[in-house]
Amino acid sequence: MPDAPGQLLAAIPGPLLWGLGAVLGVLALGTAAGVVLPLLKPGKDWSNLRLRVWSWWVMIALVVAALLAGTGWLTLLFALVSFLALREFLSLAPTRREDRLIVLFAYLTIPICYLLVANDQYQIYLVAIPVWFFVATPFLMALAGQTRGYLASVATFNWGVAACVYTLGYVPLLMHVPAVEAPHAGPAGLVFFLLLATEANDVLQYVCGKLFGRHKVLPTVSPNKTWEGFLGGWALTAAIVWLLAPVFTPIDETGRWLLAALLPLAGFAGDVTMSAVKRDLGVKDTSALIPGHGGVLDRIDSLTFTAPLYFHLLAYYGLAKY
Amino acid sequence: MASPSTEPSLLRGLFLRLVLRPLATLFTGAEVRNRERLPLTGPAIVAANHNSHVDTLILLTIFRPSVIAKVRPVAAADYFLSNPALSWFARRLVGITPISRTVTRGDDVLAPAREALARGDIVVVFPEGSRGRPDEMGPLKAGVARLAEAFPQAPVIPVWIQGAGRVLPRGAVVPVPMNCCVLVGEPLRWTGERQAFMTSLRDALLALQAEAPPLRWREAATGDQA
Repeated sequence: MPDAPGQLLAAIPGPLLWGLGAVLGVLALGTAAGVVLPLLKPGKDWSNLRLRVWSWWVMIALVVAALLAGTGWLTLLFALVSFLALREFLSLAPTRREDRLIVLFAYLTIPICYLLVANDQYQIYLVAIPVWFFVATPFLMALAGQTRGYLASVATFNWGVAACVYTLGYVPLLMHVPAVEAPHAGPAGLVFFLLLATEANDVLQYVCGKLFGRHKVLPTVSPNKTWEGFLGGWALTAAIVWLLAPVFTPIDETGRWLLAALLPLAGFAGDVTMSAVKRDLGVKDTSALIPGHGGVLDRIDSLTFTAPLYFHLLAYYGLAKY
Repeated sequence: MASPSTEPSLLRGLFLRLVLRPLATLFTGAEVRNRERLPLTGPAIVAANHNSHVDTLILLTIFRPSVIAKVRPVAAADYFLSNPALSWFARRLVGITPISRTVTRGDDVLAPAREALARGDIVVVFPEGSRGRPDEMGPLKAGVARLAEAFPQAPVIPVWIQGAGRVLPRGAVVPVPMNCCVLVGEPLRWTGERQAFMTSLRDALLALQAEAPPLRWREAATGDQA
């Protein structure tokens, strides 16, 4: 009988295998910290740290399983993430009673967009939401006949669908890059590197802010963000991206510098933009779905900005297909 | 007229687990706060606000699987027993305890609920009596106090459901997925006096409502006809 686990491991490209190993190592460290820190400093409440790490295990297990299972499963996983994110957004956002069918129409973009992604319909996917949904929604809302609060409602739906569906669809779209164009780590390696860089940026900005934070950067939007956290996280993430981009992606030298400089900025922008939305809606977290983290939107806020940036820089500076 | 059997079908457990639970997850993603306050045994009374049929869906799916067989929502006989198919569905699959809203003097409309409590069931009541506007509480009817008086050993657990009225408001046919939040309060006990009991139940429900997440969507909805 063939050695199934061995074959599975052998099928994973080297850099991806090492990357996954490193992530497991960091998770193990986090888990150990959840056990050791309470022994060193018994006074503080460490339950939130343990919850956060435990949730990370679940999230990473899901993503890794989908990455290894292939394009279809990763597309399905991100369709689910989009659904949960959009449901959080539409539940919190001000929508009018007349807009109930528009709410359904907004959900309908999820199967449509992810079917386009699954079938590699890149050209249609690009315009499906930013052109067609954006013009169809105001028309359908006009048909509903309620003009009070009309413009604000149009903006609510268009922004919600762009942020929760359109930007995330880019992630599984990367899986359609032909293996010859991603010779180092395969298309799964492209996705892995995007998620790694985005989450590393989140964590590093947070850690730098905790360690060195003095000067607030946007106090009216996100009171805990500091210049020190932003700049420290930006520099460290840029270094990681610059070092690892040639390992995981076929991006050229210009693209490598641009990606290193811009990806951490995009992550910060996504985070701050979602903070502004949450502040306007009067909530701290978008739901309580992920223990220790908050809602799905809280977790993927940076990714909504980094995913399109990463995709388009990669397409322009490294891929013949897109 | 002999009232039809309200003995739940053997399929009810499967229906609740395989149909209602996934539907509740998809359409409400219900977040339950203080789930541990829900009763594990009967007799007990759960008193919730009522804006939508989704309230029943949520209340049937937040209990532990081992308890769910005992959970019996009280539902309007004039509506749910109005035609044979709906009646079979409501009685045998959902497992309602019917209550008549058209009272003739001398009728004991609470008899089915009393029987359920006497059997040791967990009876779910909607003291508003009917579905009101989304996330607003109407006046409470005192039937719940009469049940509590008849079963003083049964705790009365106030539950506030937020968001169900947006998933499927009264009059709407198509449900839309929206996150709901379920807040379970501390159990109340029969105090010996109906008016005081109803006041404490009302206060408990309003306190739970105040703890629920903020509702910015209301600003867009105010002024519209419900």
